[in-house]
Amino acid sequence: MATITLDGIGHAYPSRDPGEARRYALKPVHHVWRQGRAYALLGPSGCGKTTLLNIISGLVTPSDGRLLFDGQDMTHVSTERRNIAQVFQFPVIYDTMTVRENLLFPLRNRGVAKAAAGARVQEIATLLDLVPVLDRRARGLTADAKQKISLGRGLVRSDVSAVLFDEPLTVIDPALKWELRSKLKAVHEALDMLMIYVTHDQVEAMTFADEVVVMNDGRVLQIGTPTELFERPAHAFVGYFIGSPGMNFLPAVLQGDSARVADAVFPLGMRYATRSGTIRLGFRPDYATVTTGGEGVPVAVRRIEDLGRRRLARVALGGHELVATLPPGTTLDGATARLHVTPQHLHVYVDDERIDGDTSGGAA
Amino acid sequence: MEKAINNRAWFFVLPVLVFVLFSSLVPLMTVINYSVQDTMGQNNFFFNGIAWFQNLLDPTTDIGGRFAAALVRNLLFSFVVLLIELPLGVGAALCIPRHGWKVGATLVLIALPLLIPYNVVGTIWQIFARADIGLLGYVLTHLGIAYNDTQDPTSAWATILVMDVWHWTGMVALLAYAGLKSIPDAFYQAARIDGAGRWSVFRNIELPKLQKVLVIAVLLRFMGSFMIYTEPSIVTGGGPGESTSFLSLDLVKIALGQVDLGNGAAMSLVYNLITLTICWVFFTVMTQLDRRKDV
Repeated sequence: MATITLDGIGHAYPSRDPGEARRYALKPVHHVWRQGRAYALLGPSGCGKTTLLNIISGLVTPSDGRLLFDGQDMTHVSTERRNIAQVFQFPVIYDTMTVRENLLFPLRNRGVAKAAAGARVQEIATLLDLVPVLDRRARGLTADAKQKISLGRGLVRSDVSAVLFDEPLTVIDPALKWELRSKLKAVHEALDMLMIYVTHDQVEAMTFADEVVVMNDGRVLQIGTPTELFERPAHAFVGYFIGSPGMNFLPAVLQGDSARVADAVFPLGMRYATRSGTIRLGFRPDYATVTTGGEGVPVAVRRIEDLGRRRLARVALGGHELVATLPPGTTLDGATARLHVTPQHLHVYVDDERIDGDTSGGAA
Repeated sequence: MEKAINNRAWFFVLPVLVFVLFSSLVPLMTVINYSVQDTMGQNNFFFNGIAWFQNLLDPTTDIGGRFAAALVRNLLFSFVVLLIELPLGVGAALCIPRHGWKVGATLVLIALPLLIPYNVVGTIWQIFARADIGLLGYVLTHLGIAYNDTQDPTSAWATILVMDVWHWTGMVALLAYAGLKSIPDAFYQAARIDGAGRWSVFRNIELPKLQKVLVIAVLLRFMGSFMIYTEPSIVTGGGPGESTSFLSLDLVKIALGQVDLGNGAAMSLVYNLITLTICWVFFTVMTQLDRRKDV
């Protein structure tokens, strides 16, 4: 059990051309993974999340920075001596062994006494519902049972510093995903371990983690609780990647405490200094409503999408398409409607970074 | 559930049946014919029942004793070949690099002996082993080792074994290498995390994953060595004496050398059945035994 510190950890694969700028698979990042918490690394494929995970487990040695476990430098310590458990995308089991032997394997390799090892295996098997199959050969079991064995092999070592998950539910049946995910959550609560979970699925990340790290293109964009990521995305990518559908972004011109998009003016409730760079106004479809009348900016209605649980309206504002929610019971007649967004849900992005306004200046 | 019976299905199988008939059943029929007939010459044949088979399978008769000796000799040869080539091939596969330009170079080197025609392999080794002009024979003789593959059975056996190992270990290595390459990296990473040593990785990951290709390798090498003909016929011609007369060499001597058609035909069929049976038993035992443990 440990707290893991990333002290400027970054990784660039060696370049052939010495003159070329280094291309980072993972740009240097500072972060502390605290003991007992559950984290998710979220991002699209190739964003560097697996590289970061492999740096922590020691399968990749970072080109920059230091990795500390409880303050102790582990950057160059081998995987075997790091006390890390990792669950991979595809179940890794030892074919010829029974489930029990699979679970005993890491303990046996480390010379744990037989009685203690047996008791620990029993405990973990109980936790993971593997008791009925303990003496079956691992090879004949289903994918989710195999993945539970992989997980179990990580958990049997009581001294393990962290459990890492590399998209562990990829090969699991959708129907069983929920079950396995809640199992992971239960394990986390029961064992009080640091867990880091890599995924590209926002629902998985949000349900599993206390804190989510959103990455793109080798960069950590935001670290926060699911609510923070949803309510205040620090980077345009976070807004776009999290939530379904993603955030709307409209090119805007800042005018003190309001923003002008095409001919429409959105009051921001805050004063913003004039900034250079590309300025965009962002808001979630969940907080934008269209109605036939009342206040709001006029928009052209393109299409209504009925998702059953809610209805979305695709509308156009000065040539920019965006998505908004159609409140229950509303019907749109005609080609135009009014779009309304409350000021606290409007965010201003300069070159994709969210900036805060000045509340003290207040609405004039 | 009751299955619909549709005799039209036979019609669709017909082309294959015709093909098999001409490719194997008709030629086989001539052999079967000879195996149940005898002749007094002048191309006059008469029915002889199962007498040839009775003789062949009775080790007290002349032909029976000869057949039994060749069979034992051949089984021993196949056994030793498997014993050497499989571990050696797997060991070689483990040493082949996994990345970079060295992969191609190594694979070509390993595959070279496989590309040489059988009779050329025989000729190469026949010359190589000669005590007067062959590198191997010359060196061994001058080192004071009593080596002579034309007069000493042990030397002859050793030469043919080494030749077979040289010729075919590459195939086992290539098969095993293909098997090793198909193991995902995650298995090795997981083993490192679990604290497994090199031997443990081999024993618990690589060997089980290689099982399927090794079954193929065992079958191929068994059949190859059990039916070996060309190379020993050139290197030793079955000698000295009968010491390297494996089944097919002996069969050719009886059927073509002595034109003993009845014995030759009976021997062909029994030989064929033995090969089939052993392969079937190998395959069944190796695949079924393992599957049974899953339940």
